[in-house]
This record gives sequence, C-alpha cells and structure tokens, in this order.
Amino acid sequence: MSTYSRRKFLKISAATVTVASGAAGAAGAAASAKAAAAPDKPSKRAAQGVQRIPTYCDICFWKCGAIASVRDGVLWKIEGNPEDPLSRGRLCPRGTGGIGAHFDPDRLKRPLIRKQERGQEVWAEVSWDEAFAYIATKMHAIKETYGPESVAMFAHGIGGNFLKHTLKAFGTPNFAAPSFAQCRGPRDVGFRLTFGEDVGSPERTDIKNAQCLVLIGSHLGENMHNSQVQEFAEAVGNGASIIVVDPRFSVAASKARHYLPIKPGTDLALLLAWMHVLVEEGLYDKEYVAAHGFGFDQFAARIASCTPEWAYPETGIDPAVIRETAREMARHRPATLVHPGRHATWYGDDTQRSRAVALLNALLGSWGHKGGFYAPSSMDVPGYPYPAYPKPAKPKLDNPGMRYPFAHEAISTGIREATITGAPYPIKAWFTYATNLIQALPNEDETIKAIKNLDLLVVVDVIPNEIAGWADVVLPEAVYLERFDDLNVELFREPFVALRQPVVDAPHGQKPNWWMAKKLAETLGLAQYYPWKDIEEYLDHRLTAAGMSLADLKTRGIVRGAPQPTVVEEGASLAFETPSGKIEFYSLQLEKAGFDPVPVYTRHAEGPPASFRLLFGRSPVHSFSRTQSNRILSDMMDENEVWLNADMARRMDLKSGDYVCLRNQDGVVSNRVRVKATERIRPDCVYMVHGFGHTARGLKHAFGKGASDSQLVTRYATDPLMGGTGMNVNFVTIEPEAARG
Amino acid sequence: MARFGMAIDTVRCVGCMDCVVACKTENSVPEGFNRDWITTEVTGTFPTTHLEIRSERCNHCDDPPCVSCCPTGASHVHDLGAVVLVDADKCIGCKGCVASCPYGARFIHPDGYADKCTFCIHRVEQGLLPACVAVCPTHCMHFGDLDDPNSDVSTLLASRRHHVLLPDAGTKPRIYYLT
Repeated sequence: MSTYSRRKFLKISAATVTVASGAAGAAGAAASAKAAAAPDKPSKRAAQGVQRIPTYCDICFWKCGAIASVRDGVLWKIEGNPEDPLSRGRLCPRGTGGIGAHFDPDRLKRPLIRKQERGQEVWAEVSWDEAFAYIATKMHAIKETYGPESVAMFAHGIGGNFLKHTLKAFGTPNFAAPSFAQCRGPRDVGFRLTFGEDVGSPERTDIKNAQCLVLIGSHLGENMHNSQVQEFAEAVGNGASIIVVDPRFSVAASKARHYLPIKPGTDLALLLAWMHVLVEEGLYDKEYVAAHGFGFDQFAARIASCTPEWAYPETGIDPAVIRETAREMARHRPATLVHPGRHATWYGDDTQRSRAVALLNALLGSWGHKGGFYAPSSMDVPGYPYPAYPKPAKPKLDNPGMRYPFAHEAISTGIREATITGAPYPIKAWFTYATNLIQALPNEDETIKAIKNLDLLVVVDVIPNEIAGWADVVLPEAVYLERFDDLNVELFREPFVALRQPVVDAPHGQKPNWWMAKKLAETLGLAQYYPWKDIEEYLDHRLTAAGMSLADLKTRGIVRGAPQPTVVEEGASLAFETPSGKIEFYSLQLEKAGFDPVPVYTRHAEGPPASFRLLFGRSPVHSFSRTQSNRILSDMMDENEVWLNADMARRMDLKSGDYVCLRNQDGVVSNRVRVKATERIRPDCVYMVHGFGHTARGLKHAFGKGASDSQLVTRYATDPLMGGTGMNVNFVTIEPEAARG
Repeated sequence: MARFGMAIDTVRCVGCMDCVVACKTENSVPEGFNRDWITTEVTGTFPTTHLEIRSERCNHCDDPPCVSCCPTGASHVHDLGAVVLVDADKCIGCKGCVASCPYGARFIHPDGYADKCTFCIHRVEQGLLPACVAVCPTHCMHFGDLDDPNSDVSTLLASRRHHVLLPDAGTKPRIYYLT
C-alpha cells in the first residue's frame, strides 16, 4: 500500500522515445540567416540535413523535456519531447524561443576581471586559468583570515549543483536561493505546518481534474509554468468552475465564472470568511476533517467571528458573493482546488495566508483527492559517491538563533544582512549562479551595500546582467543548449529521469558550469572531490547505479518509470508528517513559538494620498530578468507597461502609450515606462511585468527598455515565521517622463 | 479538393504567444517581423470586463484580394488545400497585396518579397500540423479541411458558436474563432 508522502520508485517502463536522427525537414519559404554573433571557430557538428537531439529546457525552472533540431549544423528550433510528462510534447513560448539564448549577440563571451570600481562595468578579458587563479588566491586569503564559512553562494536552477559541490568541499555551509525567501517560501512553510508537506515544484496540483479551481493572485496563462497552463486550459475546456481573486482582471479572470476584484492585501480576510461560511453552513467535508483533522473545534471557534459581513469592508467583496463562491467550492469538493500560488511573498504575513489556503483545501478534502493535490513520485537515482565534505567550524548564518523558526531553507536576505553587518561572522565572498540578485532581492541599496563589503564577487551567468556589473570576476557560461547538466530527477505525476545534453557548440568558448566547478576545485587544491574525468563519466556512473545508461538517455532524452497511485481514488493512502500526524487546523507548533495557531487577519498599511500600490507579475514570454535580450522573445515583448485603471488614466489625462515615470514612497524614480490604460485593474493599484528596465550596459538590446519593479521595491515586510520578504508594500505616484532627474 | 482552415478556441486560448514564437523559429521569420500575432479585445468596464484573446494570421480567404491584385502571379492559391501562398522568386515587392489585405497579414521580408503565413504547407505536406497548432500548450488551435464534414474543424464549427474577422470585407476568411 503506498502512502501519501514523497516516494521514490525505480521501475522503468517500456515506454520508448523515438528520436530519429536525420529526419527530413523541409525549410520554410523564408530561410533567412540568423543574426548570430560570429562564432570563434566553425561548429564541429556541421553535418548536413536535420539532426534531432533530445535535452531539457532551462529558460525557467520547470525543466521541460525538449527535442532540438539542428539544420546543416545550425540550431533551428526546439520542440517538446512527446515522452516528457512535463511538456507533454509542447513547450511554452519561452521554451520555444529558447534558441534565441544561443544566438543572443549580447551574451557573455569570455572570462572577465574587473578593472575599475565595482559597478562601473569595466573589465579585462582574461584566460580561464587567469580567472580561476585570481578567484583561488582571493578565496585562500579569505579562508586564512575569516575561515571558509565566509564564502556564500546564491543559485537558481539545477546548474548550480556542481559549483555548490566545490564550495561545500571548500568548507562553507552558506548557500541560498531567492526562490525561498523571495518567492515560494511562505507557501511551502504554510503547507508544511498544515499537511506536513509542501506542494513542491512542479506543484502537486491536479488542475486538469479539478471541477472547481480557485486562483488567488495566481495568473496562470500569464505565469507560464507549462504543465499548469496546459492543465488549466484542459480544466477550462472541461467546463470547470473557475473562481479568480485578483486586483487585476488577469487572463485567468477572463475564463472565470466568478471574478472577485479584491482590494490588494486583504486576501486573508476573504479566506477566513470563506472558511467561516463552510463551517457555519456545515458545507465542509465532515468525514475527512473528522478522520484527518487535528484541533478543528478550536479552529472553528477562532474563525467564528469572520463573517462575510466582517470581510466586506476589508476586501470590498459583497458578502453574498463570498457566500455564493464558498458554496460553489463546496458543491464540487473534493475536486475543488484552491491553488497555492507560487510567488507568495506579498505582505509579510504570507505564511499565515498560505496556511489559510491550506486549511481551506483541508475543509474541502482536496488534499489527496482527484482534482485536488496529488502524491508525486520520482525515480531513485543515487547521488555520486563523493568524499565527505569538511565539517564547517561555524554554523550557517542566514538565520542566526533560528530567529525565523519555521524557515526550512536558507534565507538569501539573511546572508545579505550578515554581509552588511559582519554578524554573526563576516561574509567576504559571494558566488552567484544564474540569479540576478540586483533584481531578485528587494531593496537594491542593501544588496549594493553588502557587495561593497565583499573581497570577492564571482558571477556565473550567460548574459551581462546587473549583478554581473558588480562582479570582480565574471565567468561566461554556455547556455543550456550547449552543455550537459545534472540529471533531472523530479517529483511529479509519474517518475522520470531527463538528460540535458549539448545540441550545438558554445560560440565563443563559453564553458558549462560543471567544467568551471571542477576547474575551480582543482585550482583550489580540491581535485579529490572530482574523481570523474568529465560529466559524461559522472552521469553514466549515476545512471548505471540506477539501472540505466547514458547512451540510452542520450537517444531518448527521458526515461519514465512506472506510474504510481497519485490520489486516494487510485489507491494512495493519506499520511501527514505533522507533529500530530494529522492535518493541523490548530497548530500547537505555532502556538508554542508564540505565533497565531489559527491565521488571524491584520490590516496592512495604506500608501500616501494619491499613490497606487505597486503590484508585479509575469509575462508568458519572459523569465525573470534573464530573457529580455533574447531576440526572439524580445520580438514578442520588448518593454513592459504600467497598467493603470482606465478611469484613473482619464482623470490624470494619460492615455495608453504615454511614457511616464513612477516615483515610490522613498523618492526612487523609475525609468520611463509606457502607460497601459485599461479596464483590467482596480483604481488603487498599478501593475507591471517583472524583469524589465535593465541598467546593465552590456545588455545593449534590453538596456533602458521599460521600468524595473525591483528598483521601486525599496521596502519589504519580513515574515516573522520564515523570513520571507513581502514586496507588495510599496506605493508609487505617476509623473510625466520629464520629471526624471 | 481540400480547403484548409482553422478553428481557434478563444475559450481555451490564454494569449501566451507560443504560436507566434513557434512560427518564428519554424519558418525563420526575421527579427522585427511575425507571421501571426495575438489580439486581445477588451470590452466592458472594470470589474465586469470581458476579454476575447485571438491568435491571428493570414485568413487564406476563399476570395483573396492579395491574389487578384498581384501583378506577377507571385501571390497564388496553392493546389493543396487552397492555401494562399507567395512565390518569392516571382514577387517584385510592390506591396499591392500588403495594402489589399484587410487583416494586415502581410509584410515585406527584408529580402524584398511579400511574406506571410503559409499554414506551414511544408509541414502539412509531410502530414504534420502547422507549427502554431502543434505547439499550442492550451490545445486551442485546430487545423483541417473545411470541406470534409468529418474533420476536426468541421465538427467544431458544427457544434460551437463561432465568428470570423471582418466578414463584411467579403473575402470569405477561413480562420474561425470559437466562442
């Protein structure tokens, strides 16, 4: 009997992927030459005809299986691998446009060492050996004076694995990813506190089978996480009842039966009122709650006063609509999925809001049921048997004294704070891998202040973004289409293993992360941590240990395991890894730590008069701040706009297309940005797509296009439970472009 | 004789532009140009707003003004599926077709000829779907023979409400939008 928890399986199914080499593919009528930067040397793969090579995508972190086509030695296109459970043969627009990363003329080409003040973006091109020698000298000096723990690393994505390995071998425990404290952290903690497990990534949401789907600020369709969007469209096509709560009329809102244009910052009041209705009217899943719930009566007592009438002045949502939507959810339970969202760092009480989302799902019985949250599984692929790492003499410093008691991952802003204050001990070197900290962390000034305390900042990336501008050493990485990477062994609907492999050569001798990490280790005198000759040997070792082979993966791209029961309806059973072993409606852990055992709504501060709350989100054609120089994707969207309620725009004498600047409450003024006057947003907030307004001069194509929301996020509200940085607490006024000074 | 057309489900479409990107890579459409595009039509007043999101392209009209106005015969109706195509070698880049198209579907390629959607005829000839249809993560696009009552597109048009763009232009467009 399988239990409802994270499980690993090693049952390779007979499924095969046919990836034909040399399949004919007639050229389109308009086969024009790509605007590729001239490569240093001709490609070794100048084979004629079309080769189709399986790999997996890296434009976001979803890691969809793909098949790239190379025509006459030149990268042509990339499509979904039909055998891949994530993409189901269809990539998202960013993945489809991923080939633009290879051709991007602005990409980093050679290793660089800084020649002038940090941030001036003046470097000398150096050899790889010089770059590693420079880094190693600095690292040895830091180790001598401060200890190896004074080196920290920030990473995003699977490509950081090898560099992390090198730095662990060097002796530091300090690693963080902004994806926790600046993104999904509060959600994961809220769900852990409630169900004993988080929702993972890719999220374990059974959207395609949901009969009722509730999206709270989650803009699927604009937020282009492939599997989720595919399943969302499937649910819409099946006639699922969609309820969307958002201050902005999102694309998802346009598919909704009920659109609730909530006042920003009041979602928790709505969640409590919904739960109140379910309990008060006896509509919740009594059997499920009785069997699996802990502390329900105390919970019910605490939300007894949270009536829809109480929530109305907070949220602006008509009590009748609150009741009607709560009943709608109950009608479809347990196939009602209240989506947990992903970017959850909004107001600083985000863990409690996420816990309320978890509890609402618990009342509906959706956790473990079809159309709710399923149990994911993965293949069991052992790690490489490396020598043991040295034990750091000092503990990791991102969360000293467990100030944020429920943080189960490192807090990137905690490392930043320690770098500024030097306490509990100094941090003197940062390594970043594929994360543009200037745009990823709130309050750019604090990031720069921390950088100024460093003796060494090493940036590994593919483009000269803002963080690269502050680096002492820049190491240019080969893009995903030009390199091997670690295996993707993901927890998902069914177990699988995917391989990333090079499709074309890097045009300027840029190197893969594994090569850099190994080379750095060797330069540091840590060669014993890299017993393998090259990554193919590493991959084959891991795959052989799991009963597979690299040769097979190279041909197929994906190997799938035997599907396991994912929901109770398929034979999975429920188990909760909480202290009580049950779903914690009332949390004794929270109570003991001095927090509300049941979420409590608090009103958030309003902005200055005539200001708008600044909200931000995603575009389907860009990932973070890393794709704006991809010429294919920039052809889809090359600058962002500030969304402004049409009536407000009329009153301010602004129309769509006008350039304005945004000034935040602390006097920070944005780059110019076009107005989108629209009937798709409330009058008390404005909205921008994140990732634009680049200030790095090396990003020639993207420089100065649109405005950066990150620059305007000078304030943040820290979540006391886990250290997340709520960023929707900034307010802006709108000024004519000329005001920029 | 087949007559190819599309039925695009605006209920499922999220306007992600994957169709635009896939067309661009499949057909090597040069930077700054696209053969298809997304239109979002917003009606109503917040919060009772309504969106219709459409993936648009050449309508491969039954009565194509771009073909009748072409002085060289470069713009023509192809034997397979009555797809409207441009023979780049015959095109003199006079832009007459660009002006005649009520849908703004054509542009002059940097190499000097009129360019537009081909329904990926090179794929269709191999039994594949057009790139935009094959890539769509929402499965909102359907391609097939409008003259075959059993085709996917014909079945959908028989069972769902739909409309075309600019019916009054009289060109008899073959891209249908399901609502």
